[in-house]
Amino acid sequence: MEGLVCKSIYKTYDGRVRALGNISFSLPDKGIFAMIGRNGAGKTTLVRILSTELIPTKGSATIKGLDVVKDPSAVREIVAIVPQEARAIPWLTPKQTIISYLLYRGMGYSEASKRAEESLKKLGIQKSSNKLNRLLSGGTKRKVLVATVLASEAKVIFLDEPTTGLDPISRNDLWKLLKDLKDDYLIFLTTHYLEEAEKLADKIGVIEKGRLIAMGTMEELRSKVEHQYSIRILGDSNPIKTRKGVTVKGIDGTYQILTSESDAFEIARELIKKKIKFSTNPVSLEDIFYYLVRKPIDEDSGVEEGGWR
Amino acid sequence: MGRSKLSQIFASVLVNAVYAMQNYPVTFISTLLSPLSILIVITFVSHGTLIGVGVVGALIMTMVSSGTGLQGDLSHLKNDFKLQDMVVSSPTKEATYIFGMAISEIIYSLPAIIVLTILAAIYVHPGVLQALVIVLIMGAMFAFSTVLGFLLSTFTSDVIQSWAFSGIVSLILTTIPPVYYPISYIPVPYQYLAYLSPTTYGAEIAQSAMGYISISQLNLAVDWAVLVAVIAVLFLIAYKKARWRDP
Ligand SMILES: Nc1ncnc2c1ncn2[C@@H]1O[C@H](COP(=O)(O)OP(=O)(O)OP(=O)(O)O)[C@@H](O)[C@H]1O
Ligand SMILES: [Mg+2]
Repeated sequence: MEGLVCKSIYKTYDGRVRALGNISFSLPDKGIFAMIGRNGAGKTTLVRILSTELIPTKGSATIKGLDVVKDPSAVREIVAIVPQEARAIPWLTPKQTIISYLLYRGMGYSEASKRAEESLKKLGIQKSSNKLNRLLSGGTKRKVLVATVLASEAKVIFLDEPTTGLDPISRNDLWKLLKDLKDDYLIFLTTHYLEEAEKLADKIGVIEKGRLIAMGTMEELRSKVEHQYSIRILGDSNPIKTRKGVTVKGIDGTYQILTSESDAFEIARELIKKKIKFSTNPVSLEDIFYYLVRKPIDEDSGVEEGGWR
Repeated sequence: MGRSKLSQIFASVLVNAVYAMQNYPVTFISTLLSPLSILIVITFVSHGTLIGVGVVGALIMTMVSSGTGLQGDLSHLKNDFKLQDMVVSSPTKEATYIFGMAISEIIYSLPAIIVLTILAAIYVHPGVLQALVIVLIMGAMFAFSTVLGFLLSTFTSDVIQSWAFSGIVSLILTTIPPVYYPISYIPVPYQYLAYLSPTTYGAEIAQSAMGYISISQLNLAVDWAVLVAVIAVLFLIAYKKARWRDP
């Protein structure tokens, strides 16, 4: 069954700012989907449209067959969101935060209270249950909000940058938790941590200047770039010239050779002979991301009427 | 799953009143004292003669301030915490959220209302009918000011804008109108200014019911008509223009 289907969504703010153009894709009804893209690419705009907070200029989407534009009330029964800029209300405790959200979802008080405790435990912050949110660290506040939506009965969860501000261990804990949930839930998250998308997501979308420029499993994304292997030279000189693949200079000034798996092997041997330190890996999402967003947009497939930006 | 509207209303009451007072007891004392300050001034300046009018006025004003409070709280919860975004995409309907928040303002003012009710029993001693008129006027002021507050909150996108609106509104609704004293105390040209505020009509009805001022039946009817019309129009605008989902 299709979980989420976007049908050519456009969004222009105030008739001027074009935020999204012709976004179409579909997701199964379970699993984790990650949307990546630069600041201002349109991730939040898309998430707000899908969670029925924002009306698209054109197009629509369905979640489990329910139309987000025409039938928002039905969609609201099954979705929950932690907005990018949501903050835990400082004069509430984490437990009170969750209870009140569950009451907004129409739950009874005692059930809400029980679920709140369970959810805080799941996120590993039960010790802070009854402290005021205002006294918690930034990362814990963020966890309170994630605990809030996960405590609900909603099975389609939108998390707009859920791990921003979390320390590496907490982030890993949250990944583990979300992974455990993916058999029951459709989790739609946005992130700037490409490693997060790579490790966590079943499917990844890349959005750039309001357009979906790539979408698929990690394998499918890899096949979008010509070269499947990356050799990173440690140090800031380029010691060998090779025609097997392309050599690129990263934004950090180091050199990277993108090549095929078999050529990578040969180049590696050569590097070892020359006693040059390097690391070799299959291309990461980061490599793919740089590759994709640097490619000029009009080289890409879909051409809009009147052009897009 | 069965969803309870009562839970949804209760949620707003908890977030905006009960939990706030429970976790910050000082808010309790502050709301308790807030209507008293102007009442004390009025009582001293009038050598005690206006204490009855003042208490009735304070009851009315507590209701009006529910609306100003609602505007601030809604903007705050929407813009600073994105609570409203989370609620919009939840099963809670717009009207339920706003109603819950409005009720939370009453709960928040409850300490003040109780103190004023005790003062009213001591200094005003209204009859049943008079008490009924006062309660009706309080209800009308509450409806009027909360709808206005809600409307304004939907047009503000940050706290500075929200302050600007509530500054203007509170000048028109609470500073100019003769709520704590009879309108005859205001020099004539300024009386017309006072009649620009719905609060004035409410105060006039309450004051005449208590016999603090005497106005004609016609005048009284006009006062009611204006109040009802203003509330109806505001409800209509709120219904048509308020933004729940962003455009
Ligand atoms: N309410 C608004 N009014 C006008 N323009 C807006 C509004 N919200 C977003 N935009 C614009 O729409 C575009 C997309 O913004 P959006 O917030 O969706 O990006 P994003 O991918 O979430 O970025 P970030 O990673 O920084 O969160 C930007 O150009 C932004 O300036
Ligand atoms: Mg964003």
